[in-house]
Amino acid sequence: MSDQIRIGITRERNWREFFFQWEWILVGVLLLVIAVNTWISPYFLNFNTFIRTPATFLDKAFIVFPMMFVLILAKIDISVGSTVALSAVIMATAYNAGLPMPLAMLLCLTVAGIGGAINGWLLVKFKELSFVIVTLSTMIIYRGIAYIILGDQAAGGFPEWFSYLGWGEIFGVPFIFLAFIATAIAFGLLLHKTTFGRAVFGMGRNALASRYSGVNVDRVVFTVFMLNGLMAGVTALFLTSRMGSTRPNVATGYELEVIAMVALGGVSTSGGIGRIGGPILAVFIIGFLSYGMGLANLRAPIVLVVIGSLLIASVLVHRIRFRSKKKINSTV
Amino acid sequence: MAKRRIVLTENLRELGLLLFIVVLALAIQARNPAFLTLRNLTALLTNTSILAILAVGMMLVLVTRGIDLSVGSLMAFTGMVTALTVAGIPDIPPVLAIALSTALGVVMGMVTGLLVARFDVLPVIATLGMMNVARGLTYVASGGQWVSSYQMSTEFKAIATGKTLGINNLIMIAVAVYVVAAYFINHTRTGRRIYAVGSNPLAAEISGIPKRRLIFLVYSIMGGLAGLAGVLWVAKFASAQGNTAIGYELQVIAACILGGVSITGGVGRLSGLLLGTLMLGILANALPLINVSPFWQQGIQGFVVLAAVITNVMVRRNTERNALRRRAI
Repeated sequence: MSDQIRIGITRERNWREFFFQWEWILVGVLLLVIAVNTWISPYFLNFNTFIRTPATFLDKAFIVFPMMFVLILAKIDISVGSTVALSAVIMATAYNAGLPMPLAMLLCLTVAGIGGAINGWLLVKFKELSFVIVTLSTMIIYRGIAYIILGDQAAGGFPEWFSYLGWGEIFGVPFIFLAFIATAIAFGLLLHKTTFGRAVFGMGRNALASRYSGVNVDRVVFTVFMLNGLMAGVTALFLTSRMGSTRPNVATGYELEVIAMVALGGVSTSGGIGRIGGPILAVFIIGFLSYGMGLANLRAPIVLVVIGSLLIASVLVHRIRFRSKKKINSTV
Repeated sequence: MAKRRIVLTENLRELGLLLFIVVLALAIQARNPAFLTLRNLTALLTNTSILAILAVGMMLVLVTRGIDLSVGSLMAFTGMVTALTVAGIPDIPPVLAIALSTALGVVMGMVTGLLVARFDVLPVIATLGMMNVARGLTYVASGGQWVSSYQMSTEFKAIATGKTLGINNLIMIAVAVYVVAAYFINHTRTGRRIYAVGSNPLAAEISGIPKRRLIFLVYSIMGGLAGLAGVLWVAKFASAQGNTAIGYELQVIAACILGGVSITGGVGRLSGLLLGTLMLGILANALPLINVSPFWQQGIQGFVVLAAVITNVMVRRNTERNALRRRAI
């Protein structure tokens, strides 16, 4: 069967395609970042640092996976930072009001899930509204509610065992790292090995065609945004556990970092393109980069500048790559 | 005929908003008689004028189906650079300070415009990146320090406190911006073309309208107005800080949406915009007067925006359904 008809995204792999993949560039960048970090601090390059440092930046990485789905759908969710703040604040308030901690944690996840579900519901119910305006208004509302609940106060005083989430280790490996790996595997399978994942890709390429071929488009959008909220809740758990307390202004700017990670990971903002490996590499690139800039005594604002530029640059590179490819296709 | 109906619904919308503002004002007045006094109203208008200036730029961006999330950061950056300049050269004329800030804003806006217009980067992404770059640059420029009142010359601070023809300068500047904008939007070819691009980009491009150049222009204007607003903000509060105007873009976008500017492009009028801005200004001014904690402000704003957007959709659906029904035999 040499003259098989090639359908859609399946394509033959040759060595050139294998080596000219975006992921290899990312691997190179990651190695570069690690090399520079080692140059800055001789204490950087050892196994312990590699295993333990990620615990400082992995909290936001849980949102990267569902956000990848969102971008593949050619949408964006900028409300996640506020969702993190709202769910963390509600968890802390509920615990301080006497709710047992396990239930408070469950409440945190529920609130975050509902937050995401509201985004999804609004998008499905009011198709005329763009994802930008919907998630922008919930971004204001969720953080607004967090401020209404706590004002400018901090809430904390969690039980001792709660800090295990962010600080605990299993055989010297941080618990948060293991949780990250488990989440990565789960979302990788969901994206690449299930009909749901296929549907997400299909809708990113052509939502109308997907609808006509029997995909329940509304349900997919709803589920993806709900997942995004839910994972923001997971981030809230880890973040609160690491910080020991929470305030209404936590996780400000998380949406930028998460979207930057996803875009750097090779997920196109025009939808339909992306693989799970890229964003995972991007998480470590941006994470180690911020960590290294801390080592070099560069202040946090410069990190802002770098991450912002990185987001723009990675989207720009994709645009140019995509555009040149399109030109080649059209000349053939 | 269809055109007239759209204008009519817009008028109705704005009338409704105006009515709502009147009712709101009366309700606040009933709770606290200090609201409808000349002094408070002047303060209200002065505080709202910066928002009003920014809303004009944001409306143009929204009309082209874009969005600009970098406004607050641009204000902080341009304001900070100007404040540092004023602190360094105390006898710089205020007009020059304003020009410097505005020019810097235009340059920053041009970068965003280039990204969106030339390289097709999504406006959300480009401005989200720019928002953080500008915010970081603000801290870098100032070294984390504040520029405080005593470092600024009296003439510079007089930009915001002084009066022209008996009216506060800020209000006068906002009025000037509106007059220029009204002429630009309604009576120049470029202004009309911006709306054409927004209502149907493909048709506009095919009919020879330089779409990309107009989108570039719109972001440059937004940047310039953000620069202008930045220097006014710094002069008004007599301090420039790293976190100046953080999150202010949300208020600006909220004002536009309340004012009936459609996020899907092509729709937006200055009269509506003015009402939307006023409405937000009243909310910000009145909440402390009726003893509502300022922490409620953000939440209320968010709900108002979402409600406005959803109402818009419902009204449009209703109009379309009615139009269809009229055609049925």
